[in-house]
Formats: sequence, structure tokens, C-alpha cells
Amino acid sequence: MIKVEGLTKRYARTVAVDNISFEVEKGQIVGFLGPNGAGKTTTMRVLTCFLPPTSGTANVAGFDVLENPMEVKKRIGYLPETPPLYLDMAVSEYLSFVGRLKGISSGDIKSRVDDVIGKCALGEVRKKLIGKLSKGFRQRVGIAQAIIHNPDVLILDEPTSGLDPKQIIEIRDLLHALAGDHTIILSTHILSEVEHSCERVIIISQGRLVAIDSVANLTNRLRGSEAVALEVEATAGQPGPGDVQVRLEQVSGVSRVVAKEPKDGRLLFEVESLQGRHIRADLARTVVQAGWNLSELRPVGLSLEDIFLQLTTAEKKAEPAESKDTGKDAPKAVAEGDKK
Amino acid sequence: MKNILLICRKEMRSYFASPIAYAVLALFAFLFGGLAFYPNVKYIVQMGPQAQMQGQAINLNEMVIRPLLGFASTISLFLLPLITMRLFAEEKSSGTMELLLTSPVRDIEIILGKWIGALGLYTSVLAMSALNISFLFMWGKPDWKPVLVAYLGLILQGGCLLAIGAFISSLTRNQIVAGGATFFVCLILYLLSYFTAYNNSLPSQVINYLSIVTHMESFSKGVIDSKDVIFYLSMIFFALFITSRSMESLRWRA
Repeated sequence: MIKVEGLTKRYARTVAVDNISFEVEKGQIVGFLGPNGAGKTTTMRVLTCFLPPTSGTANVAGFDVLENPMEVKKRIGYLPETPPLYLDMAVSEYLSFVGRLKGISSGDIKSRVDDVIGKCALGEVRKKLIGKLSKGFRQRVGIAQAIIHNPDVLILDEPTSGLDPKQIIEIRDLLHALAGDHTIILSTHILSEVEHSCERVIIISQGRLVAIDSVANLTNRLRGSEAVALEVEATAGQPGPGDVQVRLEQVSGVSRVVAKEPKDGRLLFEVESLQGRHIRADLARTVVQAGWNLSELRPVGLSLEDIFLQLTTAEKKAEPAESKDTGKDAPKAVAEGDKK
Repeated sequence: MKNILLICRKEMRSYFASPIAYAVLALFAFLFGGLAFYPNVKYIVQMGPQAQMQGQAINLNEMVIRPLLGFASTISLFLLPLITMRLFAEEKSSGTMELLLTSPVRDIEIILGKWIGALGLYTSVLAMSALNISFLFMWGKPDWKPVLVAYLGLILQGGCLLAIGAFISSLTRNQIVAGGATFFVCLILYLLSYFTAYNNSLPSQVINYLSIVTHMESFSKGVIDSKDVIFYLSMIFFALFITSRSMESLRWRA
């Protein structure tokens, strides 16, 4: 549905996007991830025919953005970072203006407006001036505006920025509901966003593509070793933390065991495996055979945050050993953060 | 064509939904009615009987309507920046420009729609003066043809300045800057026509010719001079053309 090849966008002095290529298939939700200033918005603006590329091609639904911008524009719904709203218009009035602008005939416009007002839950504010609406409603009007002409491709630039958690969930649900009929690209620098809503992730940093894969693959690929959080119940000081740690270290495939501060008589450990070894079953067996009570055993994955940081910070091509180190340090911090 | 109308309607709507239209209309009504129409007509009414006793008929066209419409032309110079300043600057600062530029609409359709919308407001400003002048038709018998021609001239001159204002508005995202710069340009054009009027050197003749105001003269006399019509139309075309260039550069710079 979307095909980008060797896309480069240069401003007077800076290169905003440097030789990016990717493809997005029909019906997919793709997350466009990167720190601020990475070139996300620029790439989206090229796709929506707002900016012409300096070199390279971008193709949307079979039409080139330079050769056939009118056809591309008809097939794209775009929500820029700041929703393009006329604050002095009422919601329904604004939507019908945008709809007409996107080429909906005057006969169909009313039913289309009613349709998107229903989809985006704007019924209660349809007669209100947009200037009087809260941020969450404005964002929804922005999305309604993007889908009014039922475009093949939806491009959303940070659709959830500045919203409260409840509104974020609502927008996320809305996107899921839309995903079937539309190909969606959404940009964000909030990672949980991508983990929740996207099938694939495109990570760019400083204008360059650093990774493009599915969320699961990306996590797997970068997770060199398995990390497991383990909890053993201790009654009246038995077993001692030392005993357990020694026993765990003897399990084959374990590279490191870190004992943590015991909590309410529960001993906490974090166990890491050697590269490519699965140790959870063996760990469980070892604990149970020793006659201890295993109260928790859970894998600690590398979160997208770690992957993201690994990929986007420090441009140096990390050597295997080095990347393993960072991989080991990162999950603990996150796992603790998650628990709290 | 459909898109031009759509954008034009949107412009008119946002003029009349905001205080701008009413401020411009009220300002014009006050200036035109209070400073030009009332004193002028009062003078004529006082002079009338005296003039008739001396056996001279008062020519309403020459003595009242022509200076009145000349005055309308002058004050519209200073009201036009209020109309054009928001045309593009507002869209740029609020981000709605991105919506227009990513919609299946041609740049020239956006520009023409906005220009015609602005011209619509300007025409309704002129209609306020027509309201005043219609009183003269009720009590006197002026010739209506030169009046119509003068209005045609006013609309052409206004269209010209509106196109220049639209261009200036497309250069900035700040409405105040756009309004101020347009006002400055109008002021210069107005002053130039005075400074160069009695100077016959070649440069001042050229400047005088380019000064938009001077081409109003034949219209206010009730004469449609094709050279002035062509001057106005080509100025409008030129200003709208550079506006479209400026919009295109927005895509490269933005």
C-alpha cells in the first residue's frame, strides 16, 4: 500500500530524512518510532504530498507523490501533530467542510459526517464550536477529519500526545476499530503506544532507518538471553538466601543469578540464561525438588524502551559482547519500574 | 470550480463569524457616513437654494458623488489590510494550511477562493456606501451610469490591493505583520500618487503610472478606459501569481 524507496529530504542546512526505504502492506498498523527530531514528521509530510522529497520516491496506493499528488491526496487521511481545526466552526460544520474539500459529493456528505461523528463518539459536541472543546475532543475531531473520506491510508502524527490515559485508551480502541479497512501509520515517541497498537515498528533516528520489524520479532531479536524473575517463600529463615542462590547457579544454562532484597519473607532473584538457552522449566524443577515453595516465576522481556534506547542512542555499532552487557543491565531497571 | 466556491464560502463565513467583518463594516460606515457623506450633503443642501437663485443647477454627480467615491477609495486603502491580513497567515499559524495543502485541491483554487472571499467582504463594504448614495437618488436625479462605472473602478482597485495583501499574508504566519506590511504598501501607493502627480520627469511618471490609485481617476469620471481595466486585471493576475509561487515555496521551506 505504501512503498518508500531511498527517500531523502534535505533542508537548507540539515538532512531531515536520509535514504529511508520501507514498505507497508494493506490493512497493517505501523508504528513510526523515534526520538523528537528524528524525521518522523518529515517522512509523513512527504507521504501526504505536503513536502516534496529531495530524492527518492514515495508511492501511496500505486501513485507517486510527485507525479500524481492529486490521486495520492484523495487516498490519504492525515492528522498532523497539531490537529488542523478551524476554531470558529462547529464540529459538524467543520467536518462537512473538510469532507467537501476531500471530494465527497454534496449528496453523500451528510451521511459521511454522521458516520464519522458516530465512529469518533462526537455526538454530544456536534453542534459546539471547536474552539470550546477540550483537547481530547479536539484530537477526536482531528481523527474524524482524517477518516471522513474513507481513505485507504491513514497517517497520524502523534495522535495521543497531550491526552490523559483514559483518552489515550479511547483513541487506541478507535484505531483498532479502524485498522481493518485502513492502512495506518502512526508516529509516536511513546513506546507503550506502539506495543499496544501496532503490528510493525519502524524505528528511525537522526533521519536514518535503524530497524523495521514486528514488535515481537524486534523484542526477540534483541533479547540475546532470557531473563527470569523468581520468588521463593521462606518460613522462619529457611531456606537462607545463600542456599537458594547456590542451587540456582548450578542449573545448567544459567549465566548469572542476582539476589535482591527479600520482601515479607519472600526471596527474590533475577536469573539470566546463557545465549539462546531456555531455563525456566529447569529452574522450577530445581526449586521444587529442593522442597521450597516457588511463589513466582516469570520471564522478564526486554521492553521496547530498552530496544529503542539501544537502537537510537550511541550510534556506534555495538559489538556483540557490548550489546549483551547493555542487554543485561537494562531489563532489571525496567522490571523493577514495571512492578512499582 | 467547485473547490473555489467551497473555499470562498468558508472565507466569507469566517469573516462574518468573527468580529472582523463587523469591525470593517462599522469603521467604513462611520468614516464614510460621518466624515464624507454628512458634511458634504449638508453643504450642498445649504448651498442649493443659493445656487439655484443664481440660475445654476447643482450637478450631483460632479459635486457630490465623485468626491464621495474618491473618499471611499482612499479609506478602503486603509481598511483592506484588515481584510487580507488573516487570509494565509491565520491558516499558517493554526496549522490548517497543512489540511488545505494535503487535500485534493489545487493551490490556485485555494488562492482564488480566498481572494474572491475577501473581494466579497470588500463588496459588502462598498455596499454600505451605496446605501448612503441611494439617498441622493431618492431626493435628486443624478445620472446612475457614471456611479456604476465608479463602483466598477473601486472593485477593480480593491481587487488589486486585495491580491497584493493576499501575497503579503502568504509570506508570514503572523497576522499583525501581514496587516502592518499591507498597510504600509497601501500607504506608499497612496502617497506616491501625490508626490509624483505634478512632476513630469520620466521616473516619477513611471512611478505614478504604477501607483494603483492613479488608475481610479478615469473610472471616477465615469469613463471605462480599457488601458486602466487592463492595468488592474494584469496587476491582479500578477499578484495572485506571485502568491501561488509563495505558496509553492512553502512546500519547499516548511
